[in-house]
Amino acid sequence: MSDKRQRLPHSPVPYLFIAPQILIVLIFFFWPAAQALYLSFMLEDPWGLSSQFVGFENYRILFNDPEYLGTFVFTMVYSALVSFFSLAIALLLAVKANNIVRGQSPYRVLLTWVYAIAPAVAGITAYFIFNRQVGVLSGLFNDLGWDFAPETDGFDASVMLILVSVWKQIPVNFVFFLAGLQGIPKSIREAAHIDCENPQRRFWTITFPLLAPTAFFLLVINVTYAFFETFGLIDTLTQGRPGGSTTTLVYKVYQDGFLGADLGLSSAQSVVLMLLVLALTVVQFRFIERKIHY
Amino acid sequence: MTKDHWSDHLILIVGVLFLLTPLWLLFASSTHSVDTLIREGLQWLPGGEGLAPYGQALTTASGFTDTATGLRMLINSMIMGVGFAVGKIIVSMAAAYALVYFRFPLATFLFWAIFCTLLLPLEVRIVPSYEVVSDLNLLNSYTGLIVPLIASATATFYFRQFYKTVPNELLEAATLDNAGPWRFFKDILVPLSRTMMAAIFIIMFVVGWNQYLWPLIMTTEEGYYTIVMGLKHILSVVREGRVPEYNVAFALVILAMLPPVAVVVLFQRWFIQGLVESEK
Repeated sequence: MSDKRQRLPHSPVPYLFIAPQILIVLIFFFWPAAQALYLSFMLEDPWGLSSQFVGFENYRILFNDPEYLGTFVFTMVYSALVSFFSLAIALLLAVKANNIVRGQSPYRVLLTWVYAIAPAVAGITAYFIFNRQVGVLSGLFNDLGWDFAPETDGFDASVMLILVSVWKQIPVNFVFFLAGLQGIPKSIREAAHIDCENPQRRFWTITFPLLAPTAFFLLVINVTYAFFETFGLIDTLTQGRPGGSTTTLVYKVYQDGFLGADLGLSSAQSVVLMLLVLALTVVQFRFIERKIHY
Repeated sequence: MTKDHWSDHLILIVGVLFLLTPLWLLFASSTHSVDTLIREGLQWLPGGEGLAPYGQALTTASGFTDTATGLRMLINSMIMGVGFAVGKIIVSMAAAYALVYFRFPLATFLFWAIFCTLLLPLEVRIVPSYEVVSDLNLLNSYTGLIVPLIASATATFYFRQFYKTVPNELLEAATLDNAGPWRFFKDILVPLSRTMMAAIFIIMFVVGWNQYLWPLIMTTEEGYYTIVMGLKHILSVVREGRVPEYNVAFALVILAMLPPVAVVVLFQRWFIQGLVESEK
């Protein structure tokens, strides 16, 4: 796993160095993770006094619950749309920023600014901007003839949530795309210029394939973001409302576990999410092995 | 390629406006009086109140007791951001050192144990994590706020990657000079890693400062509130149908984003490096 040819002699030293990390991982990762797994097979009585082993009962309840399946579908659609739009907009901006000569660094600073804003803070900002009493956007949409009502209409609330999630994620994608573009050797760009007059064709046939590894890697990052990091955004902006139409899988783990205090069901959801992340990681490794690198 | 095309600039300007207009709108509005905001809504230009709402945001408390002032929450966030970044750097540099420079029986096993943490973010194991921290009596403490967040492997892999690029000759020279493992780490590896440490510090500070869910469930004493989670109180005021002091609320939101934004803007180069390298 490492290619250092010469290593330090065997001694207790490495154990001392790695001990703090292992200790923290054991106590704050494996212990709770094991508990989630264990609790997902248990059913607690409503008073939390006793619990009994019920096998896959919690999972069966979960996958027969139309609300959970709705959340599942929403999470998939939501992460697909957020990833697509934030990647597309960021790629466009990165290509343009790479094209120009003057003012590159001010643009880069201004476009990365939003990275530093917490999802929860982004959610509150958006909440005020869409707010009926003081905000500007709901009124603007109404003036344009769209009966925009995120408080009561699930579709409108989802549009709002996706818009804000995309807004928050553009800077990360922009940084990586720009780094990817600047990593393309000058010789290749010059050769492309000679071979291909049309800048659009040049982009799709030469630049874009060269960016494919970056794009794929970013796709994984974006799906992870939409799944997990948007928690603060959802909790401040919609809280899953109206009627659970903007609830993601992670938000539901929190709702059922903390607010609903149904530990077994919430743990089963954690385990399902863990399997999803595992699948995502496997896909990631498979693709890296198959080398989209050219 | 020598002349810029105006359309390139146009698209970039539209992008910048899309990203920054909401923030400007909130900042401009924070300098108006509550009356103006209620009557006329968000404002595009700065108003007559100036920075007075910021003073109010820093000194008045939003919760039930008066311990959670804006200033107190900012200090707590600072402790959390810096504590998280420093703790993470120390723990992961040490672990990466053991993994790269030593051959010991459990190395592969421990490597995969650390790797596993990437599979299950804190948000997913939030309920059992809360139980563990509560069993350890760490609720309402800085330790409880910071240490559980360090249990993820990103920075460890980052330093592991970096150590592998350090030339082997340095280790050979150090062994010839009879430098022990501790001397080699302290006198050679740490100084060499300075830029990497700065880059990862920027990223981790922002991550630590921006935590929301963990402090939200961890802290019941208002003296431990961080500013990002403290903002939730503004929303509960609005949701209960009361009219909040909008300008003070906006000032708090701006204050909550200011430190991490400042760090990213001021240390742009390190930030880009840290972001690109740590996610690899």
